[in-house]
Amino acid sequence: MPEKTTVNPGAVAGPGTTGDTVDLAAPGVGAAAVEAAGGPANKPRSLGQDAWRELRGRPMFWIAGALLVLLIVMAIVPSLFTGADPDHADLRNHYLGEPQWSHLFQVDWFGYNKQGQSVWARTVYGARASIIVGVCVTFAVTVFGGLLGMLAGYFGGWADALLSRITDVFFGIPLLLGALVLLQAFTNRTVWTVTLGLSVFGWMQLARVMRGAVITQKQSDFVTAAKALGAGHTRILFKHILPNAIGPVIVVATIALAGYISAEATLSYLGIGLQPPAISWGVDISAAKDVLRDAPHVLLIPSAFLSITVLAFILLGDAVRDALDPKLR
Amino acid sequence: MGRYVARRLLQMIPVFIGTTLLIFLMVYSLPGDPIKALFGDKAADPATVARLRHQFGLDQPMLTQYWNYLTGLFKGDFGQSFTGRPVADLIGEAFPVTIRLALYAFAIEVVIGVALGMLTGLKRGKFVDQLVLVLTLIVISVPVFVLGFLAQFFLGLKWQLITPTVQDSMNLGQLTVPAIVLGALSLAYVTRLTRTTVAENLRADYMRTALAKGLPKSRRLGVHLMRNSLIPVVTFLGTDLGMLMGGAIVTEGIFNVQGVGNTLYRAIQTSEGPTVVGIVTVLVLIYLVSSLVVDLLYAVLDPRIRYA
Amino acid sequence: MRGAKSATWVAGAIAVALTATACGGGSSSGNNAAVDPNGTYTYYSTEPQHELIPTNSNEVGGGYIIKNLFRGLVDFDAKGKLRYQNAESVESTDNQHFTVKLKKGWKFHNGEPVTASSFVDAWNWGANAKNAQLNSSWFEPIKGYEEIHPKEGDPETDKMSGLKVVNDNEFTIELSKPVSTFKERLFYDAFFPLPKAFFKDTKAFGEHPVGNGPYQQDGNWEHKVQFKTKKFADYKGVDKPKNGGVIFKFYNTDDSAYNDLVSDKVDIMYKVPNSATSKFKADLGDRAVNEPYGGQTTIAFPMYDKEWGKPEKAKVRQGLSMAIDRDTIVKTVLKDAYDAADGWVPTVVEGYQKDACGEFCKFNPTKAKQLIKEGGGVPGNKMTITFNNDGGHRDWAEAVCNDIKQNTGVNCAAQPRPTFQQVRNEITGKKMDSAFRMAWVQDFPNISNFISEQYRTGAGANDMGFSDPELDKLMDQANAAKTIEESNKLYLQAEKKLTETMPSIPLFFDHTLGGYSKNVQNVKFDTYRQAIWTDVEVKQK
Repeated sequence: MPEKTTVNPGAVAGPGTTGDTVDLAAPGVGAAAVEAAGGPANKPRSLGQDAWRELRGRPMFWIAGALLVLLIVMAIVPSLFTGADPDHADLRNHYLGEPQWSHLFQVDWFGYNKQGQSVWARTVYGARASIIVGVCVTFAVTVFGGLLGMLAGYFGGWADALLSRITDVFFGIPLLLGALVLLQAFTNRTVWTVTLGLSVFGWMQLARVMRGAVITQKQSDFVTAAKALGAGHTRILFKHILPNAIGPVIVVATIALAGYISAEATLSYLGIGLQPPAISWGVDISAAKDVLRDAPHVLLIPSAFLSITVLAFILLGDAVRDALDPKLR
Repeated sequence: MGRYVARRLLQMIPVFIGTTLLIFLMVYSLPGDPIKALFGDKAADPATVARLRHQFGLDQPMLTQYWNYLTGLFKGDFGQSFTGRPVADLIGEAFPVTIRLALYAFAIEVVIGVALGMLTGLKRGKFVDQLVLVLTLIVISVPVFVLGFLAQFFLGLKWQLITPTVQDSMNLGQLTVPAIVLGALSLAYVTRLTRTTVAENLRADYMRTALAKGLPKSRRLGVHLMRNSLIPVVTFLGTDLGMLMGGAIVTEGIFNVQGVGNTLYRAIQTSEGPTVVGIVTVLVLIYLVSSLVVDLLYAVLDPRIRYA
Repeated sequence: MRGAKSATWVAGAIAVALTATACGGGSSSGNNAAVDPNGTYTYYSTEPQHELIPTNSNEVGGGYIIKNLFRGLVDFDAKGKLRYQNAESVESTDNQHFTVKLKKGWKFHNGEPVTASSFVDAWNWGANAKNAQLNSSWFEPIKGYEEIHPKEGDPETDKMSGLKVVNDNEFTIELSKPVSTFKERLFYDAFFPLPKAFFKDTKAFGEHPVGNGPYQQDGNWEHKVQFKTKKFADYKGVDKPKNGGVIFKFYNTDDSAYNDLVSDKVDIMYKVPNSATSKFKADLGDRAVNEPYGGQTTIAFPMYDKEWGKPEKAKVRQGLSMAIDRDTIVKTVLKDAYDAADGWVPTVVEGYQKDACGEFCKFNPTKAKQLIKEGGGVPGNKMTITFNNDGGHRDWAEAVCNDIKQNTGVNCAAQPRPTFQQVRNEITGKKMDSAFRMAWVQDFPNISNFISEQYRTGAGANDMGFSDPELDKLMDQANAAKTIEESNKLYLQAEKKLTETMPSIPLFFDHTLGGYSKNVQNVKFDTYRQAIWTDVEVKQK
């Protein structure tokens, strides 16, 4: 393989004078940071360490973090929060039962929906769908969009023109609209089909951000240096450029995550996302809209949880952005 | 500048073709036979089905169908819906409503968003600033359909300030609440964006120069600060108009506004291909033109940018 | 999205048939108000899906307008009896050769007299395969239909050999084989006459239809807004309008229409939205209408399925039926907008008998479990109820499933499909492997319509692929019966026999949930859940 031969000299050249800059810069915050850091004597902090130091000092990060941990635990082991079966229905006694605000964490805490199911139990169990979809879509679009963006930015020329036009084509279709049409093709929809639907129309922004970041990094000295040393494309891309370009991508992805959770709920609410018997906040909100007049709590409780989840991810995104990308602050 | 515009227009062609082809392929490969569906729950007569399929060109290969559609489009023909109405008519009925709604939402977010952004940017760290920040955060977190239901429940059902749904889609007064709901998310973004850029530019050298030159405050803030702070806001707003038209699917549904969103949603559900493709085609055009306009506005606002 | 709904189809043939219900609808309140014979009223409707041509309109939005603009040879009177309208007489001795004589003096709205050719030409045009009309299959019994509507390719003729004009006021119909109900079928929209102007420009006619009915178009069709009609002065039918015209107002969602009804901005609504069912009585007082009509809902099983087709599964279905607490579901989830079904034939339909389904439609969880066990259980102890999510069926489907799950331990899930169209595709493609929603709205208010269209071997709406030779034999006997009473009795036997195999589980009888504004009175709903348009009286302002 041609890469093998070119990779080795780069690695070997590490301790050398020019190679020194390369190895320092690669995991660092960019060429500018390296210059500022002075000589090799100062042990440079990595981007991750920098960000962590930033994050630690922010109360918002901790609030968001705590909320998210709680929600994620809820998604993984819902039975910790409620002993009730979210599917158990009893029309005879519990049709549209009122919330019992003093019965914290009990079956009837938030009352019952029109099928006589515990709103609290369904809300707890509904967290899973939202979080799975949010996280998986974000992962998928970051990998796919990131890869495309990297290729476009790095190789430029024809590849860039083609990939950029493809990106433009998908940009022309709003996320919700595209997902609506695509998901219509599936009669049995699960979290995975919804994830697919949102991913297919959600990757473009990340591709653009990645492309921009890669183009900036491509021109920096350490890349030129690595090239001069004969490093292969793969090595340059993944070892040198990616670690420096990933910052803005992570920022955009974290903020987008909240949007995907919201989009999943919207699709389910429109009847084209998840479908019963799957338990999801969107599905429950959709079912509750007819009884808004008689029993608003059935709609408001899952709405509140949905909003809190989105909020938590937005706060996290804000914090990560501030930490990783000081210019955007 | 002229060459730049020409190049951009040329670039639009493949994007336009690609986007319409994408939506065309997706819509026409949806399961369910829209022609058989015309018969309702009566058994579809095969001879009539075959004839109607031929009439709508559905018996041809997909790419031929697309080619026919595209050539028709250049002659200004959007085709016919499966129920026999010209799609151009449907577009002509739905778009005025949605454009009205979107512009209304747009006006709200520009006026209130920029004003709030300026205010908080100038009073950074003060109580007003914190309050607005928290409020925008809440608005961003609440999904649009939840926001819509909250408005419907409290304003429409509980306090009875408005009718829960819109009765006359062309009545601006009745469109107020839907427009606020539709524009709320962008309003929050505009506020935050303006706030950031205003705060940043306040510290810029030219502001200090302007102060040193002894320019009056109104000129410093109104011309120097405004002009420079609005550049990123304009970019955002430009792409936002297209988004508003798309976001109308949810808002129009909740408030029963007879616009593009409603028509589109129903057409998607019934695999009404010609209508979906027709509406999306117009949306794509709006999107392409508005992003071009944004880039040109950019040049107008920022003297440093010159398009060759 | 809320309010998005697919077209509501006129199942088979919903006639304008002015069939009165037993319970007569809300008779007018405050009868003292002076009536304005030229006053117009607004009627809740939906935008027609097609151009307004009788042979191509098969959904309610267009259907209701067409039924008011046109009158056929016959229709049904307030008591459900067939009566002559444009026809003087329709005679036949063998149910195969008919002689139609027209009443004299009937005119189209443009002044053109209605002649025998107005009918014959319209029918030939509607049957012609070239014109691809959605209602063309209504002409199938007529001799020569195969030639004008070949299975493939272009027709070689544009006339059906079975139709012959004798003179301006008389024509004959020959069928390819005898059809005993052909005269009754003539009420349907497809058989309406068309004026000469239609054939000159069908497209323009679709926008500006010209009929021979009690109302004529007034101004242009304002798409998605309204379609105005006014009283036709030269109308010769027996049901002369007591008002000045009907304005069909088009709504996208029932919610906004309902708001209009409460504030007197729309005068009559035949369908109150789900979100208002709990309070429409309070909102409208005695102007609220909640009464049964000729429609029912069942869940049906695929009898073509290997498991469900086994004879012992009849017991399982009986058991499942007994696990459903219909009364509680009706009272809570459905807010009394339905009745719990006690058979397959709705209460308002001629031939209905109480408790035709017997104990099998009564809630009895103990017996339910026992029967299911005796029948060898539900295949895999799992079942689904498939329904279309665009018709407001989710609530009851989930409630029924929850009952089955809780009371029998069978793992039941309500399974939505986004659209009616998708469900139909699966059902007609015989792809079901578990229960699905099946409903029937009467073509005409008689027990035979409910049993024979769905449960006869190979019948058009037999979605289950169900076949019971004994049941077929009973129905044959009923059809051959001399009197209607005798026929009804035999059909009742057939209905009761259905409990033995239980191919479908009766769930609910549907209600008309309607209301009217303070501007109108004498509003009555028929068993097709439509107001009797011509009888509505508009109060003087």
